[in-house]
Amino acid sequence: MTLALPFEEAPRERPSTVSEVVASAKLVVEHALPALWVEGEISSFKAYPSGHWYFTLKDPASQLRCVMFRADARRVPATPSEGLKVYARGELTVGTKRGDLELIVRQLLATTEGGFYAIALERARQALEKDGLLAPERKRPLPPFPAVVGVVTSPEGAVWHDIVAVIGRRWPAVELVLIGARVQGDGAPEDLMRALALANRLPRLDVLIVGRGGGSREDLWAFNDERVARAVAASRAPTIAAVGHETDVTLTDLVADVRAATPSAAAEKAVPDRVDLARRLAATGSGLASAVARRLELADERVRHAATRLGGSVDRRLAATLERLRRHGTRMSAACDRRVAARTADVARLGASLDALSPLKVLDRGYSVARDAGGRVLRRVADFPAGREFRLRVTDGEVPARSEGKT
Amino acid sequence: MSAERTKRSLEDDLNRLDAIVRALETEDVDLDRALALFEEGVERLRTARERLSEAGLRLQQLREAADGELKLDALDR
Repeated sequence: MTLALPFEEAPRERPSTVSEVVASAKLVVEHALPALWVEGEISSFKAYPSGHWYFTLKDPASQLRCVMFRADARRVPATPSEGLKVYARGELTVGTKRGDLELIVRQLLATTEGGFYAIALERARQALEKDGLLAPERKRPLPPFPAVVGVVTSPEGAVWHDIVAVIGRRWPAVELVLIGARVQGDGAPEDLMRALALANRLPRLDVLIVGRGGGSREDLWAFNDERVARAVAASRAPTIAAVGHETDVTLTDLVADVRAATPSAAAEKAVPDRVDLARRLAATGSGLASAVARRLELADERVRHAATRLGGSVDRRLAATLERLRRHGTRMSAACDRRVAARTADVARLGASLDALSPLKVLDRGYSVARDAGGRVLRRVADFPAGREFRLRVTDGEVPARSEGKT
Repeated sequence: MSAERTKRSLEDDLNRLDAIVRALETEDVDLDRALALFEEGVERLRTARERLSEAGLRLQQLREAADGELKLDALDR
């Protein structure tokens, strides 16, 4: 028995397969709509290890699935965050597998000022700041007289030539070392990092200039790479950043010890000016001369002053000495008088005691003393040869006498 | 050039010169010492001037050889 079921007629035309429908829709969509810009909010963002990005663009009413292939995604400076408002340019298609309408995004811009560049920059800046790499106290002073100056830049650009010209004019007493690197385009950040690492291996490097000439924001972008900024911060030698023109400020500028507006300005900051120094030496020379001249003058004045004081003091001393002499003289003569008196008394006393022994006293008792013409006392018979004249001292005078010879 | 002079950098000379001038201007150094300082100052001034004139810019390019060694190649201006 068969169940009586409502009869369904087979379609009169050949039915399409799902694949055919999707393929048709894909053809229609791709042909009907040229590449277009879509404005929306990022949602369900997912970056695959392959490098492709998948996300949804939403507005309050609808949503649109999007895919961004690796080659395009890698040109976007930052990965978009949830809810970010963007402009996406691409082509509509219908995904073969799911049959969904999809936008193949070729270009993605953030609607905020500065777009993804600003977003990436701000993220990197915050990361650097968190690690203290932007702290002012981290800034190192540049050596006043460097002997070896390194330059990380493109060997082809004008920067190297500008720096050579400025340093050659100002301070040719240095060794300038070029450490070449690509400064823009794909791979520039990696090349800059390699050059910075190489510079760190130099046995001597006193200051390192990192820079490039002016260009578009995209051209300067490598210098905003967080990894490049970190490599600059890791330089053993103090760094001078000179990226683009005065108005361009990159993360490299923020991290470097010194920022210069242009590569030429960097060269001026790196070395002293020999003209300035020659002037300074001349000033030092005259300072030296006048200081020593003043010193000599001072010494001369002191000598003269000393001479005057010495003269005065000699006079004063002389007067004092004379005064002392006078005083002493008075005291001395009094003392002398006293001493003389004492001596006189002594002499009298001695004279009295001597008196007893005096030969005159003996003569008093009747003795006499015979002396020759020279006063020698004649004591023995032999002293009296015949005819010898002598003098005989008696108690009250002398008597001339002559010897008769020995009896 | 004496060995001592070679060791001395321009910076040393300039710093010493500043110190000498300061000492002569402010310190109560005796005359013998002042004259010795002056002589030293004149000598340092002379070497500093010589250094300024003897300079010649040297240009080199740094690269890493295949074996990882650093190589410095002379460059023309």
